[in-house]
Amino acid sequence: MNKITNNKAWFLVLPVFLIVAISAIIPLMTVVNYSVQDIFDPQTRFFVGTEWFKQVLEDTRLHDALVRQIIYTGSILAIEIPLGIAIALTLPRKGWGVSACMVLLALPLLIPWNVVGTIWQIFGRADIGLGGYVIRSLGISYNYSQNPMDAWITVVVMDVWHWTSLVVLLCYAGLRSIPDAYYQAAKIDGASNWAVFRFIQLPKMQSVLVIGVLLRFMDSFMIYTEPFVLTGGGPGNSTTFLSQYLTRMAVGQFDLGPAAAFSIIYFLIILLVCWVFYTVVMNAGKREEQ
Amino acid sequence: MTWMAWTPITAVFFTCIILMLIGMGIWQTVSPTVPRRGFLPLITTRGDRLFISLLGAAYIHLGWLAVTDAALWIASIIALLWLVCIMRWG
Repeated sequence: MNKITNNKAWFLVLPVFLIVAISAIIPLMTVVNYSVQDIFDPQTRFFVGTEWFKQVLEDTRLHDALVRQIIYTGSILAIEIPLGIAIALTLPRKGWGVSACMVLLALPLLIPWNVVGTIWQIFGRADIGLGGYVIRSLGISYNYSQNPMDAWITVVVMDVWHWTSLVVLLCYAGLRSIPDAYYQAAKIDGASNWAVFRFIQLPKMQSVLVIGVLLRFMDSFMIYTEPFVLTGGGPGNSTTFLSQYLTRMAVGQFDLGPAAAFSIIYFLIILLVCWVFYTVVMNAGKREEQ
Repeated sequence: MTWMAWTPITAVFFTCIILMLIGMGIWQTVSPTVPRRGFLPLITTRGDRLFISLLGAAYIHLGWLAVTDAALWIASIIALLWLVCIMRWG
């Protein structure tokens, strides 16, 4: 069958292009312009070249925030992805349980980020919060506002509570798209549960997992609201991540030039990691198909 | 456009990027790209190689700023060589 090509269809993409241009490309260009100037307002500005980039690259507080961010995002992905797959595998496939599970799983995703932070702020408090009270009752010393490790665990658990559902829903959608014939063939071949997972379910979930991992990576790498509400970046700087550091620089100190340079470096890190991840996973998929 | 705080250097930079994209679009229309495998460990189209080149060029400049105080135009020459290598043999 001959494929019909009609290049006029590209005009249909024009509205999307215009929206992206206004919402993303033009602001990004402005950030690039700001990053090479000492800027007070658009009329009062001085060209400084790459000075802000050098300053940001040599900033040890930024290095610390980057390390914290990498550890945080790594922890989030290491917990949420396997947990999401495991939960998706245990969900019912038919009956009333499907709808009930979908609604329950979607609930955390519907809560605004600052509300999630507030919920966990109260939940984790030993005096009025259920979580903090129970942990203290077990004889464990827990105070997320004073102990950095407690703050870290609380921030990670909060994110897992908030976002694992997304991975579950994506994986469940991937699992539901597998035709029964695959399972029947596996059964005839006497495949074990592990073999079914490894050679049928996991490859079939690949594309949704790519989306899930990319979304979770980008979102956790840019996380701001929840830790800001829960811990305010503390105790000390122990839960200050890159976006909090950037906001402090841009809005708190009004250092627009260094903040713009930092934003570009931040953007490049996310772009590189996403591209590498996407390329590796998609190439692995192609190799498996061959 | 004053609010965008343009400088001559950033204007030239973005003009080059836009011209590059227009050029690639015309090139694609005249002679459609054929995915191939060069020294990079993946099959790439012309657009993929341009993206890799530009991303690499950005990191070359950042790396240069991070490790040395020498003139930045040296990093630009390295980035240009990188771009040529990726586009031709990548």
